[in-house]
Amino acid sequence: MSTLEVILRAAGLLAAFLLLPLLVGQTEHKVMAHMQGRLGPMYAGGFHGWAQLVADGAKFVQKEDIVPAAADKRLFRLAPALALIPYLVALAAIPVHPGFAVADLPGGALFVLAATSVGILGTLVAGWASANKYALIGAMRSAAQLIAYELPLALAVASVTLAAGTLSLGGIIEAWKPWWLLWQLPGALVFLVAAVAELQRPPFDMPIADAEIVFGPYTEYTGLRFAFFLLAEYGGIVVMSLLFSTLYLGGWRGPFDDLAGWAWTLLKGFVIALLLIWIRVSWPRLREDQLQRFAWLTLIPLALLQLAVTAVGVVLMGGSS
Amino acid sequence: MTSLDLAFAAAGAVTLAAAVLAVTTRHLVHSALWLVLSLGGLAGCYLVLGAELVALVQVLVYVGAVVVLVIFALMLTRAPIGPSPEHTTSRLHRALAALLGGGVTALLLAVLVPLAGREAVARTPVVSAVIAGDLFATWVWPFEALSLLLLLALIGAFSVARLTGGRAQGES
Repeated sequence: MSTLEVILRAAGLLAAFLLLPLLVGQTEHKVMAHMQGRLGPMYAGGFHGWAQLVADGAKFVQKEDIVPAAADKRLFRLAPALALIPYLVALAAIPVHPGFAVADLPGGALFVLAATSVGILGTLVAGWASANKYALIGAMRSAAQLIAYELPLALAVASVTLAAGTLSLGGIIEAWKPWWLLWQLPGALVFLVAAVAELQRPPFDMPIADAEIVFGPYTEYTGLRFAFFLLAEYGGIVVMSLLFSTLYLGGWRGPFDDLAGWAWTLLKGFVIALLLIWIRVSWPRLREDQLQRFAWLTLIPLALLQLAVTAVGVVLMGGSS
Repeated sequence: MTSLDLAFAAAGAVTLAAAVLAVTTRHLVHSALWLVLSLGGLAGCYLVLGAELVALVQVLVYVGAVVVLVIFALMLTRAPIGPSPEHTTSRLHRALAALLGGGVTALLLAVLVPLAGREAVARTPVVSAVIAGDLFATWVWPFEALSLLLLLALIGAFSVARLTGGRAQGES
């Protein structure tokens, strides 16, 4: 791979990372407005409130960048980047088109899991460095939540890699067959729920529960740094949606995938992103203890069961590799 | 000097510097965060040497889980912003720790440097399937013994926590 190609790929990745989360954000505004009858996001700019996101962006840029006097200043400034960059790195490993990912790795599935698990540090550091007790409580909630949901997420991914006989995301897509939709269904549900919890979105948004602890780890943040955390959340939705479609829906597979593979990837990812938004609109927030109980008593046994079912299936079919 | 050598040297320097800072800083949480950088740098070293799977597991387990647990535990107990002098050790302790650390380093170097030899070793990327084969065929019993040990430690920690908790409740 030449230097020019590396630069081109990196630039393309950055462009996608800046564009896709905004698209998801815009979609969330509109879908939530329609589903919950909200008038606010439908007003600015006339047609369907198209200018709302632009106005939000302009507002964030204008706001003063405040660092609390008692905060750990360097870490406080660093935290948004710590939250954002892992998702950018994770996005690089997702296969987009037959034979093409920005970084085609032999251990892609593990790479994405590792990268997203580092993202927790951003929230933790933000909560601690703010020198605010609501922020600290929020950070502790988010640490407990992410530790609890990392396990079912990893187990669900392990089940798919076992079925495909490879850790490479491209290899998983090539090994994927339509009947896996049924075979891997429990794992897919576990993955979807754990992904929502990992992203700390409703109904699993106790770390930032605005009615209880102001805004959790992000309480003290304003302006662009706060916008970075929002961008990290939407970037996370993009990564998790694309990963879900890669693992469970066959990624770029579809009619005419020689030409339109990238379109299938985007379409499937977008449908899952819509589903994540729909989940947010439909369910109320769980309580902290309900969340832990749900992770340890429902999701993990279900994920283990799926792993056993997958293993039996692989052995019965004489191994898929 | 290839670009791989440079990358390895850079990752190693980051690991070493972060490790030194992790033990010398007087800020508790900073120490844990320097440890993150140090373990991440070590993952970088593994990656440059061609052990992709080990590098990824290093990030997933150590950075993503172990250090997060450490920071979580620090926050649960006491983690003030700024230096925490009550945790600072005496000069004698520090000198002894430095002596012990230096001794272990010297011992490891004395064993490992002659083993490494002087010729350059070809960098061969390790395929995950090979590691899996070794781990679950050749080394399966040590692997299982280790997991049993970890399970015992887990049950032991759990029972200690439960027993002392129950006694405290009985007294009050």
